[in-house]
Amino acid sequence: MSYYLLLIPLFPLLGFLINGLLLGKLNKKIVSIVACGAVGLSFLWGLKLFFNLLALPADSRIIEEIAFTWIPSGEFNVNVGFLFDPLSAVMVLVVSGVGFLIHLYSIGYMHDDSGYGRYFTYLNLFIFSMLTLVLANNYLLMFVGWEGVGLCSYLLIGFWFEKQTAADAGKKAFIVNRIGDFGFLLGLFIIFWSTGSLNFITVFDKAPQVFAMGAGLITAATLLLFLGATGKSAQIPLYVWLPDAMEGPTPVSALIHAATMVTAGVYMIARSHVLFLMAPTTLMVVAIVGVATALFAATIALTQNDIKRVLAYSTISQLGYMFVACGVAAFSAGIFHLMTHAFFKALLFLGAGSVIHSLSGQQDMRFMGGLKRHMPTTFWTFLVATLAIAGIPGLSGFFSKDEILWKSFSSDYGSIWIWAIGLFTAMLTAFYMFRLLFLTFYGGERMDHHAKEHLHESPKIMTVPLTILGVLAIVGGYIGIPHILGGGNNFEKFLEPVMGNVQHGGEEAMVMASSGQNGGTELMLMGISVVLILASIYLAYVLYVKNIALAGKIRQSLSGLHKILYGKYYVDELYGAVIIRPLIGLSLFLWKIVDVILIDGLLNGLATIIGDISKIMRPVQSGLLRRYTTVFLLGVVLILGYFVFR
Amino acid sequence: MDLKLATIDLGLIAPEIIIAAVAMLILLLGNVVRRRTILAYFGLFGLVAALLTALPRWGNPASGFYGMVQADNFAIFFKIIFIIAAGLTILMARRYLISHEIESPEFYALLLFSAVGMMVMAATSDLVVIFLGLEIMSVPLYVMAAFARHDVSSNEAGIKYFIMGAFASGILIYGIALVYGATGTTDLRRILADWGFFEMHSQLFLYSGAILVLIGFGFKVAAVPFHMWVPDVYQGAPTPVTAFFSVAPKAAGFAALLRIFTYGFADMSQLWAILWILAVLTMTVGNILAIFQDNIKRMLAYSSIAHAGYILVALTAGGDGAVSSAAYYLLAYTFFNLGAFAVITLIDTRNSSTAQIDEMQGLSGRHPFLAAVLALFMFALAGFPPTAGFMGKFYIFSEAIKNGYIGLAIIGVMNSFVSVYYYLRVVVVSFFARPNKEFEAVSYTPAIFIVLVITAAGTLILGILPGYWLSLARAGIFQFL
Amino acid sequence: MFEIFFPILALAALAAIIAVGLALLSVTLGRRTKEGAKMESYESGMVPTGDTRSRIPIKFYLVAILFILFDIEVVFLYPWALIFRQLGIFGFIEMLTFIVILLVGYFYILGKGALKWD
Repeated sequence: MSYYLLLIPLFPLLGFLINGLLLGKLNKKIVSIVACGAVGLSFLWGLKLFFNLLALPADSRIIEEIAFTWIPSGEFNVNVGFLFDPLSAVMVLVVSGVGFLIHLYSIGYMHDDSGYGRYFTYLNLFIFSMLTLVLANNYLLMFVGWEGVGLCSYLLIGFWFEKQTAADAGKKAFIVNRIGDFGFLLGLFIIFWSTGSLNFITVFDKAPQVFAMGAGLITAATLLLFLGATGKSAQIPLYVWLPDAMEGPTPVSALIHAATMVTAGVYMIARSHVLFLMAPTTLMVVAIVGVATALFAATIALTQNDIKRVLAYSTISQLGYMFVACGVAAFSAGIFHLMTHAFFKALLFLGAGSVIHSLSGQQDMRFMGGLKRHMPTTFWTFLVATLAIAGIPGLSGFFSKDEILWKSFSSDYGSIWIWAIGLFTAMLTAFYMFRLLFLTFYGGERMDHHAKEHLHESPKIMTVPLTILGVLAIVGGYIGIPHILGGGNNFEKFLEPVMGNVQHGGEEAMVMASSGQNGGTELMLMGISVVLILASIYLAYVLYVKNIALAGKIRQSLSGLHKILYGKYYVDELYGAVIIRPLIGLSLFLWKIVDVILIDGLLNGLATIIGDISKIMRPVQSGLLRRYTTVFLLGVVLILGYFVFR
Repeated sequence: MDLKLATIDLGLIAPEIIIAAVAMLILLLGNVVRRRTILAYFGLFGLVAALLTALPRWGNPASGFYGMVQADNFAIFFKIIFIIAAGLTILMARRYLISHEIESPEFYALLLFSAVGMMVMAATSDLVVIFLGLEIMSVPLYVMAAFARHDVSSNEAGIKYFIMGAFASGILIYGIALVYGATGTTDLRRILADWGFFEMHSQLFLYSGAILVLIGFGFKVAAVPFHMWVPDVYQGAPTPVTAFFSVAPKAAGFAALLRIFTYGFADMSQLWAILWILAVLTMTVGNILAIFQDNIKRMLAYSSIAHAGYILVALTAGGDGAVSSAAYYLLAYTFFNLGAFAVITLIDTRNSSTAQIDEMQGLSGRHPFLAAVLALFMFALAGFPPTAGFMGKFYIFSEAIKNGYIGLAIIGVMNSFVSVYYYLRVVVVSFFARPNKEFEAVSYTPAIFIVLVITAAGTLILGILPGYWLSLARAGIFQFL
Repeated sequence: MFEIFFPILALAALAAIIAVGLALLSVTLGRRTKEGAKMESYESGMVPTGDTRSRIPIKFYLVAILFILFDIEVVFLYPWALIFRQLGIFGFIEMLTFIVILLVGYFYILGKGALKWD
């Protein structure tokens, strides 16, 4: 039976082609129908296949389809093939579902932009690349998608390329990502070199025979893959591009830089978990980098004033959580958080976009405030998302975040320190998110007079996606309620065929929960985190609503720390001094000396020689027929002569 | 040879018969029917009908007419190329012919007759029938080159092509005669069967004959040093005719060359040295001379010489893989070269046009789609991924390396690098050069738009999904009966 | 191989000797006079009148070429006539096809007005 997996990425590709080829020929209505329709169809088809998948017995939920042979070349055969299993099913639904909502939202948000058609063309191309990435059945095709989303990210960050900062941010994202891609590619070489294949199933089958547990080779390969993931998913040390990426249109930030593309690294690690499980050292690195990033980004988010930058750092921090999950071998928890995060973070960004839209481009929270009355839908949905990300029980973020915290505590790969830092970060998250909420929607209206008059709720086309995402941000977590709270942790069970019964699988946990050994601990930890989070929300309330002066005082008394945090630890400046400046020097040297003198000299010399030959030969082509026949005859004589006198 | 082979089965040559009949009808109707559109589309209809009769034979190779007709996959593969080339030429030519006031029904008839000749060339293993096909193909081409009767350079192109072509035909038939003298047959299958005997007893005649045959076809595919006619004829002939010249006769010549030299004379061990030299000369001279051309038609003429060189590399390498890579390349080349010429044809419909490269200035501003597809075709010609040009070169050079012709592959790759310069120049001029004056707009016709879409799609599909097409080309390796 | 081709070579040599020899003989033995009549284009022929480069209507050539074409192709009928009975109905149809193709050409030139003199 054929499932036509190809259709899923095909629809956005068609949308891209239609809009791209007829750029400027179509009116806005048709452009949006084509673009949204393409993504919507992808989602529907993905949903249909998802139910097909559910109909299969759990163990055989793997659909692999080869569309065609891409590069047939002796032993090196690469197919364009697609793999649809629970993991990619989740990713497809998230990407196309959230993508569809954001497409809808964009119709309203981008309505007056002159680059309307171009915007949707890029967006469709992005969805196509992202779906290729998550559906690929081999690393090379995944890499194609990986590069594709990188390209779209570059194009969309620099969408308003007339603005210097936007163009620069695009370039920065591209270059930083290249470093990660380089690592990814090297990792692929190692994998291909040792297993002789790039197909996921073949590689994972062969891996136990080829690699020794914890050996240097597999550690190197997985570390290189992880380097790729840090680039795409904005982890230390390659996270610097993501905050700048906020120069792009806000729906783009929601789609690419919050919900989907930046999670590609997490997906890639989850997909390759067989390899990562064979390299405990790498897992440890992943966990430490993840938790460090989570904390690091959360502290920066405390002080930022740009609403989108706060959200950007928050994204980095939440991505850190996902890596923590991967690092402690709780891959399904990571994917779970990826999904819930996609809902509430997309919602946060879209809400922020709605606010920015209403304030005609103002992004600084110091010039907001009191918007609750003017934009009720935006406010309520934003509140839901904030509660979700803060981890209030009953909302999606609570379940996924708590799952990660619990796994980081209980897993064989985890430790109490990771848990503790994670918990502290959760408190910080609650704090800065509520700071953002209070500064934006409560208090006095600090915008100027002119802007105040234009305050308005966004149009339906923008608020409907907000509402849908709001619902998802609440209920999205119910598919993964842990056993301890009487749920079935269905999400983990669903992913089990892919992830394997790594540890704390369903049955085992149930036994533990009922026996009350670890169950008590889990409940207690959950309780601690809820209490601490509520406390920090209260703190934010005190500082930013009740007693605003106090916040200023604290800021002054901690001015040194504040300055460091506000300056984002000066990492950009550090990179500038340590890496970029010497690089510029080196490239200047390479350019002035090596390139201009050596290579250009050589090439120009070659070009001159070729030009001279060309000039010498041209008179032969005189247009005189007798000369042509002479040359012809000369050729005949020479060739025959060669044969006779050989 | 048993009696079965001797059967006279008109089904084997049905495509040829259909096209020839349609062409003759066009000639007759041309006196009666005023609307030439009908005639043009009648010609297209004939091509499609021929295609439909040719395709079912895929996979069922058959031989007939005393072994003079081979309807095998190889023949069908090339017939498809000829039909595509002829069909696209009809579509793109009308507008040009009308704007230059030279449209007449004879154009379509000549085109179809010439296509019949090519199909005969590809579908036989008998040297005499190959020659017959060559003449059926060539004579209409001579007339087509001179089709713009009131244009001096077109007349010049026709007469030059005719004289040089007659010269080459003479050499070819002399070669065939020598081969016949040495072997007593013109049937390649029999020559192959008794090769050792012939080689022992009349080596000199046999080899001289083979070399003269090679030269005769070398003229048709524009191998250096038999290429001198190419720039003048390509530049002088009406642009759609040039488009057809650059693709179809070349493919036909290579079909014959592949049939003769990788099958009939496959055991001729000394041949590779000659082919090696020809391939290197053809690639290099074509590319170097292309660099300094200012006329885009002339530039593409030299470029077509260079491309013939790449295919000669495959011929040198020999073997099944090389034959299929050459067939794949010819199919791909049909798409992107015709596409490039379609763009130039469209630009040339303006009567002020002189087809200079500088004329492309401001193209992207006025006609973004046109500029984009032109860029695509230039990238394909230069061999960039993901176009068909890349995959074609990739396969040819990897076959060369596989068979031990590493030096040849290196020279080929270096030549591709050289070629990037002049192809990209067109792209640069059309996109980035600041125009001195406004680009004079051209008007699309649906037909030309279809041609552009088909050729662009072909260029991309063959480049992105090469596997299927290559397996087709692989299946197209001759299975003689 | 030389033995086989010796007669041919001998013939070629003889032909060359005779041709060149006769020309040489006339040069060496002949007596030269330079009179008016001797220098005419056609010695002892008609006295030329007018310019050689006079224009002749293209119709002459056209008719001549068409005549040759059809004339030569009719020649193909002779061998067929000889073995008409052996070839039977098959040969008849083949020849008919050939003639039909010729007819197409005939009607084409007729339609083009190539045979119209005025």
